[in-house]
Amino acid sequence: MNKTAEIKKAFRSAFPNTIPILTGFLVLGMAYGVLMQVKGYGTLWSVLMSVMAFCGSMQFVAITLLTTAFDPIQAFLLSIMVNARHLFYGISMLNKFKGLGKIKYFLIFGLCDETFSIESSVSVPENINKKYFYFAISLLDYLYWIIGTLLGSIIGKFIKFDTNGLDFALTALFIVLFVEQIKSKEKIFPGVIGFFAAAAALLLFGADDFVIPAMVLIMAILLVKNISDKKSFSSENEFSNHSE
Amino acid sequence: MYLTNVQTFIIILVIALGTMITRFTPFLLFPDGKKYPRIIDYLGKVLPPAMMGLLIVYCFRNISFVSVNHGLPEILAALITLVLHLWKKNVLISICGATAAYMILIRFLPI
Repeated sequence: MNKTAEIKKAFRSAFPNTIPILTGFLVLGMAYGVLMQVKGYGTLWSVLMSVMAFCGSMQFVAITLLTTAFDPIQAFLLSIMVNARHLFYGISMLNKFKGLGKIKYFLIFGLCDETFSIESSVSVPENINKKYFYFAISLLDYLYWIIGTLLGSIIGKFIKFDTNGLDFALTALFIVLFVEQIKSKEKIFPGVIGFFAAAAALLLFGADDFVIPAMVLIMAILLVKNISDKKSFSSENEFSNHSE
Repeated sequence: MYLTNVQTFIIILVIALGTMITRFTPFLLFPDGKKYPRIIDYLGKVLPPAMMGLLIVYCFRNISFVSVNHGLPEILAALITLVLHLWKKNVLISICGATAAYMILIRFLPI
């Protein structure tokens, strides 16, 4: 099969997985474009931000940064803190992105919440090239966000249809993928820990500052669990020697 | 616009840079071909479900349980997502159904 046909096939197979993101990103991207417009930043600026940074919720935070005194250092640090969760996405995808050549850089560039959630949950269909499958999901999601931003900044003000609530598609996506993930038995514990550690951190630290404490808590519990599993495993099984 | 063009461009640049540092760091620490500690394999398996749990909470971070509707539309819509998914086992049906239900709930739920 030639390369073009292979890529086409991968896009056809990947597209249905991205439909919830199509909905969510068009709506949220448009909301972003409109909001930027309201603050005096036209199409060029909002699209440039979406093309270069592609970081959903941080782009909304950045609107505040664009409308106060110029402080690039604060903006840089805030961007790292708000996006810190991506560190865990990278760790999760190390194996899956291994040996994918130059496309890998684009996959890493586009590793937002939604793309990560799909690529870490969905298994690549057997007859599809893994490299192009991931590429298709990443590129489609990226384009949805840019197109949403573009539409919002140009025609957002004229749209009369009440889209309030459509972005729940992304929340529902995470819930569904959570259920799919914890179907395999050894993933129930980490899933439950992720949810409750985040909920506890939210109660303790509030909506703006909870993600990093939640990540620390999740990492700590998962590491302790790993150590205690190993201990009970080796005490039950004297012959085992770090078997995989 | 509050900032000059150059200032705006710099802000966009540093935000992109901050984001990309968080996305690229794991891959720079453990490049292809380099052997990495076994614990990373373990984390690669358990972090996705954990982060999916975190992302659900992240989506709900701004609902207030003391607001007029006590976050009821969000909770109901989340339950509808769960029930639909366990029942129909089809990702698109669950998401479309739940989103439609949420849009109806926030408009017509009597407080």
